Amino acid sequence: MSLYRTELRRLAKRRFTRYMSLLGLLVLAAVVIGVFFTNEKIGADQLARAERQAEQNYQEQVTWAKEARASCEQAKSAGTANDGRYPEDCSVITPPPRDQIQAEWFLPSTFNFRETFAETLIPFAAILALVGFVVGASFIGAEWSTGGMMNLLLWRPKRLTVLLTKLAALLTGILAVTLPAAVLWFAGFWAVASFRGSTEKMTSGVWQSFALTGLRGVVLVLVLTTVGFALASLGRHTAMALGGVVAVMVVGQFGLGILLSMASVRFAEAWLLPTYALAWMTKKVTLQDWNSCNANYSGECEPNTFDITWQQSSVLLSVGVVVILGAALWAMRRRDIS
Amino acid sequence: MPAVLEIEGLRKTYKSRRRGTRNALDGFDMRVDAGQVHGFLGPNGSGKTTTLRTLLGLIRPDGGRMALLGHEVPGALPTVAGQVGAIVESPQFFPHFSARDTLSLLAGAGEVPAARVDEVLELVGLRDRAGERVKTYSLGMKQRLAVASALLKNPKLLILDEPANGLDPGGIREMRTLMRTLAESGMTVVLSSHILGEIQLICDSVTIISLGRRVAFGPVDEVLAQHSSGAVRVRLEAVSDLPAATDALTRAGVRVTGHPDHLMLAGVDKPATVTRLLAENNLYVSELAPVAVDLESVFLELTATAPVPGQHRQVDESTKVGGTGQPGPTGGGWGA
Repeated sequence: MSLYRTELRRLAKRRFTRYMSLLGLLVLAAVVIGVFFTNEKIGADQLARAERQAEQNYQEQVTWAKEARASCEQAKSAGTANDGRYPEDCSVITPPPRDQIQAEWFLPSTFNFRETFAETLIPFAAILALVGFVVGASFIGAEWSTGGMMNLLLWRPKRLTVLLTKLAALLTGILAVTLPAAVLWFAGFWAVASFRGSTEKMTSGVWQSFALTGLRGVVLVLVLTTVGFALASLGRHTAMALGGVVAVMVVGQFGLGILLSMASVRFAEAWLLPTYALAWMTKKVTLQDWNSCNANYSGECEPNTFDITWQQSSVLLSVGVVVILGAALWAMRRRDIS
Repeated sequence: MPAVLEIEGLRKTYKSRRRGTRNALDGFDMRVDAGQVHGFLGPNGSGKTTTLRTLLGLIRPDGGRMALLGHEVPGALPTVAGQVGAIVESPQFFPHFSARDTLSLLAGAGEVPAARVDEVLELVGLRDRAGERVKTYSLGMKQRLAVASALLKNPKLLILDEPANGLDPGGIREMRTLMRTLAESGMTVVLSSHILGEIQLICDSVTIISLGRRVAFGPVDEVLAQHSSGAVRVRLEAVSDLPAATDALTRAGVRVTGHPDHLMLAGVDKPATVTRLLAENNLYVSELAPVAVDLESVFLELTATAPVPGQHRQVDESTKVGGTGQPGPTGGGWGA
C-alpha cells in the first residue's frame, strides 16, 4: 500500500503529468466554450428570421428564374441558344416550389442535448485517451531512462508487483482526472443546451444511454493509458510508445488505408483501428461498399453494408491490452536491468 | 565472524549472435564478514558491477549461490532488501525532482520514517541544497545523494559502487570518515572503487576480481604480505664494496640486482641475515630498507593491467586467474 501511495505521489509530482492533464482539460473546455458560442437557442425571433430568410431566398430564386427564362428566350430568338447554356424549352426554367425552401435551413445552429450530446463524448474520450497514453508512457518511460526504476527495485525487489503497482497508481490518477472531467463535460453541455439549445425529451432511457457511452469512453481512456504504459515499459523509454504509435498510425493505418483503397478492398475501414474505436463509442459503425448495388423495392441502388459492433471492438481492445501488457510483464520478469 | 555476504561460483554469461559468448562472471567467489569495510576491486570490465547487480536481483545469474545477511538471494531479496542499502554504478535519479522529493519518495516506497530523509541529507552534506532539482547538481552532489539514498534505510549492509566518483578531495575525505564511522556503528560496508589508496586506507579486507574470477581476497595486510616480494634495498658505506657484496650475497643464495649506488635484494625473509652476512665479510651497511608493496602495485600485478610504455591496453586485456598472469586479449568484460 505504501508503494501505491508513493507512486500516486510520484505521478502527481511530475510536471509532465500536470501540464498534459491541464492541456487536455483546457482543450475540453475550449470545445465546450466553442460549442456554446456557435449555437443559439431557437425562439420566436429566430423562427421569424428564418422564415424571412426562406422567403427572401425564394424571391431570389423567382427573380433568377425570370431573368434566366428571359435570357433563354432572347437567345433563342437571336438564334444563339445552341451553345448548351439553355434548355430546348425555356418554359422549364422555373423557380422551385415555395415549400421546397424550408425555414429550418436558415435557423442558426442549436444544441439539442438529446440528439447531439452522445457525439460529444467521442472527442472527450479521444482527448483524454491521448493524454492518458502520453502520461502513461512518460510515467514509466522516464523511470526506465533515468534509472529511477532500478533505484526502486533496489528497495522493492518484486518486479511484477512494482510494475503493476505503478500501473494501478497511473490508472487511479487518470481516473481522478477523467471522472470529474466527465461530470464537468455533462454539466457543461447541459448548460450549453440550456442556454443555447434544448434539453427537451430527456428520458431516463436517454440518460442511461449517455451514461453507458460515457462509461465506454472512460474504459477507452484507461485502455489507451495502459497501452502507452506497457509500450514504454517494453521499450524502456517514453519514445518507444510515442514512436510506436506514430509508426502504427502512419504506416499501419494511413499507409494500409491507401493500400487497401488502391486494391479496391471491400470495407477497407474494417482493417483500421479508429473504426473500432468509433464503433466502441457509438455501439455500431456501418461500413458501405459503394461498388455494389442491391436494388430495393423502388428500384434504387443500395450498397452492401458491414456492421462493426462495440462487442467486436471490446474483443479487439481486450486482446490488445492482454498482449501488450502481457509482453511488458513478461519482459519485466525476465530481463536484466542495467 | 558471521558472513553478511557470500557468493560461491557465480556465473553470468552473455550470448550475442554478433559478439559470441562472453563470461562476465566465471565462477566468482566472495565473502564479506560482519562489521567490515570490504574493498571490491577490479579493472574496468572485470565483472564488479555485474556482481553487484546480480547480488541485488537486477541481473539473473546463470549459476552459483549467493546469500545476503544469511538469506539465499535472489529468492529472499524481498526479505533482506530493507536491510541492504546500495548504489550501483553512476547515480541515476529523475532530474526534475529535488533531492528531498527523491529521498521522500524512496522512503515512502520502503516504509522508512520521513524524518530519516533530513537525517541522511545532513549526513551527506546536502541539507542546504535539498530543495533544488537534481538536474542542477554536479556529479559529486549526485554521488552524495546516491549515498544518502543508500543510507536511508539505515541498512546492516551498505554496498557502494564507486562512491567517491566525482567527489572533490574534501568530499573524498568526508566519505572515508563516513565509511569508518558507519563500520564502527556495526554496519558492514562493501566498497567498489578504483581509488586504491583510499581502499588501502579504509578497508579491513579486499576482494580483487579479474575477468569474472576472484584473483585475491582477505585482510588488506595479508593480501599485501602475500604479494610482497621480500625486496630489500641495501647501501654500503663505500660504493666500491658493492661488487664484493654482490658476490657474498649471491653465494648465500640471495637474488641480487646491482645498481650504481645500491643493491636490490629479492627473496629475503629476514633482513638481519643480510647485515650479518655482509659484516662477516667486512662490508658495512649504511642503509637497509625493506621495499614496501602497496595495494595499487598488487592490483596491477594481479590483474596484469600495469601500463606498458608504447602499448595501449584494451579494456578486456587482463589476467586470467590461475594462469601465468600474462596479459592478453580474452573474452569477458561485458556488462561490468
